[in-house]
Amino acid sequence: MARIGVFVCHCGENISATVDCAKVAETMSGVPGVVHSVDYKYMCSDPGQTMIRDAIKEKNLTGVVVAACSPRMHEPTFRRACADAGLNPYLCEMANVREHCSWVHEKSEATTEKATDLVRVMVEKVRRNEPLFPIKVPVTKTALVLGGGVAGIQAALDIANAGHTVIMVEREPSIGGHMAQLSETFPTLDCSQCILTPRMVEVAQHPNITLHTYSELESVEGFIGNFNVKIRKKARHIDETLCTGCGLCALKCPQKKIPSEFDAGVGTRTAIYVPFPQAVPNKPVIDTDNCLYFQKGKCRVCEKVCPTKAIRYDQEDTIIEADVGAIVAATGFEVKGCDFFPEYGFGKYPDVITGLQFERLASASGPTLGEIRRPSDGTIAETVVFISCAGSRDPAKGIEYCSKICCMYLAKHAMLYKHKVHHGKAYVFYMDIRAGGKMYEEFVRRAIEEDHVSYIRGRVSRIYEEDGKLVVKGADTLLGGRPIDVRADLVVLGTAVVAGEGAEELAQKLHISYDPYFFFAEAHPKLRPVETNTAGIFLAGACQAPRDIPETVSQASGAAAKVVGLFSQSELSREPVIAVVHRTAPPLFSKCVGCFLCESACPYRAIEREEIKDRQGRVLKVVAKVNPGLCQGCGTCVALCRVKAIDLQGFTNEQVFAELVAL
Amino acid sequence: MAEFEPKVTAFVCTWCTYAGADLTGTSRIKYASNVRVLRVPCTGRIDFMYVLQAFTQGADGIIISGCHPADCHYTSGNYHARRRWIVLRALLDFVGVDTRRIHFAWVSAAEGAKWADLVNSVVSNVRELGPYDEYRQTIPAHIRPGGIAV
Repeated sequence: MARIGVFVCHCGENISATVDCAKVAETMSGVPGVVHSVDYKYMCSDPGQTMIRDAIKEKNLTGVVVAACSPRMHEPTFRRACADAGLNPYLCEMANVREHCSWVHEKSEATTEKATDLVRVMVEKVRRNEPLFPIKVPVTKTALVLGGGVAGIQAALDIANAGHTVIMVEREPSIGGHMAQLSETFPTLDCSQCILTPRMVEVAQHPNITLHTYSELESVEGFIGNFNVKIRKKARHIDETLCTGCGLCALKCPQKKIPSEFDAGVGTRTAIYVPFPQAVPNKPVIDTDNCLYFQKGKCRVCEKVCPTKAIRYDQEDTIIEADVGAIVAATGFEVKGCDFFPEYGFGKYPDVITGLQFERLASASGPTLGEIRRPSDGTIAETVVFISCAGSRDPAKGIEYCSKICCMYLAKHAMLYKHKVHHGKAYVFYMDIRAGGKMYEEFVRRAIEEDHVSYIRGRVSRIYEEDGKLVVKGADTLLGGRPIDVRADLVVLGTAVVAGEGAEELAQKLHISYDPYFFFAEAHPKLRPVETNTAGIFLAGACQAPRDIPETVSQASGAAAKVVGLFSQSELSREPVIAVVHRTAPPLFSKCVGCFLCESACPYRAIEREEIKDRQGRVLKVVAKVNPGLCQGCGTCVALCRVKAIDLQGFTNEQVFAELVAL
Repeated sequence: MAEFEPKVTAFVCTWCTYAGADLTGTSRIKYASNVRVLRVPCTGRIDFMYVLQAFTQGADGIIISGCHPADCHYTSGNYHARRRWIVLRALLDFVGVDTRRIHFAWVSAAEGAKWADLVNSVVSNVRELGPYDEYRQTIPAHIRPGGIAV
């Protein structure tokens, strides 16, 4: 038999001004099962909580209803008070008679009646409450960092320096990402490699970090604290333990004209190659698509010249399995989207290049050793046109968003160009200059005022070749749309920042949400910017949205802080408001008929299939089972279940119907 | 005879509409006291048998409200609720249940004023429609209020 205590709070006069609290308490004392019903001025105060604790002990209460403010305000307070008195905290419920009643209605009998109804509903609910216990989930204190760009590097180092182990997976042969490709960085013009490469080395040498380059995530199973991941380590065709990185193989490789990915196509590499001199690890990879031996069956020069006999033509992909507790997705972005603009002639004219290609031209370690030479004939460019928003902010071209970094890097490019070619002319065609950031606006002003870069507000309609020059046809909208033709040697497009290749596939593997452009979605745009909707998976860097280096690094540290916070506990404690599948004795076993509608509806993939077997191991029935680590307690499966075999603890069907009947 | 005071039952999700109604309270915006709120974690939790049960129990009008599309705390629960409502509405129209008495809305945690407007408009609509005795008369005696129609 239930023994329920009702405690009606006056909240000073906040409730008692419009609700007759004494009358509510008196009415409730007549409800069967209510053995204690009182009102008091401040239930949440120390004497108020003591009243509750004393009543629980003296009257042996089996349930408590506090009629006061919103449960969003003081439910934890009163549940703690109940727990102190030895009552399971989940046997305490709150009736919201302040926000939902006294504050929004005039003083009247109807208001008191409503308050009484709200309390009665909760009494009926509490009568059916079951004691619940927080769910404990163990935590594997190893993090998986996907992506070895600056975001991944920062996150991995922060987590590793906090004393936890990290597994880093990078798709390319070396870590470093896009930042390693940059010449200088805005707004300080410090050399990108100078600040990044020491951190790359730190990752490789860190005792807590295991680095898997030239590897990709194969699959993920499990849940927060308990993920099981498979990593595909692609065949490098090199025995990494023997290779010393001497580079003789690349020097002797006869295939020398392969466009280099690292140089964004403006430089070349060999078939066996290290992407760039400062690569980490400094171990080559054989590009089997371009290797003479793999394509035609002969050559084997690298094998002959290798002093440590490290070449392995027969090497195959291997799968590495690991248990991790958290995952940081830091897979970055790509600059693409030139295909949107056939009128700019990208791909048709070799001297129309992307911003990333310009970075390589401007880089001291790039194919031109930092000289701004035209890809077509190798001459120094005398006039360079930079075009911003080449793809971004243009719904007609399919990308509505602002790519955020282009205004700044085009200003940087123009500046770098002027520093290298003093007599050269630089033009920037822009829609708006977006330079929000510390020292950013000043940086753009410097390009205009000190380096005399011509900024022209207007769009470029067409680019065509004439006498070896590129004619850029634009307009200056600040001069009433006056047409402008610039005869340029080189055109640099500030192309759109787009999600990395395979982002959608990866999001599906991780079971995280993504936006229409395949950027990964954060759990809350303002308050949970580094978390995803899947517990235990975090985001860092441009895989979430276009961002610059300072933002990427801060977000990576934020994600690392979340991971370290997660790892600071040996067990996770979770609210027990989760779904459970009905189970009973044979021969029924469960009301579940195995239709698995719940499985398709669950946003968290928390529904598993459980086989019920007899002693001989024969499968008698397949029923749904809820993984308590994954379930977040939304109850979508419960409302969907045709046979009512699944129910939500704390909000059971029985409870809700009882609440309805009490109304 | 006193004016008919309708009984309105509201099913709201914890994260958006319940919080929105809390905001109505902290903003001290007055609205009709005819509504009784039942809190569920998510609109996706709402089994539409609840709606029928509420009518059985004497409700004259129903409000179902949760997070706006794309804002669901549980990613997609509100979409499930919306689809269920679309299907159920067609069925209820077919069997002759007055769907004007059921109001499906999105109220976010920031829309305190919208919650007050919603309640007032539903209450005044239902007041015009009158008591929903027609529904209750169709219920077989053995499952009239007190019993649970599941």
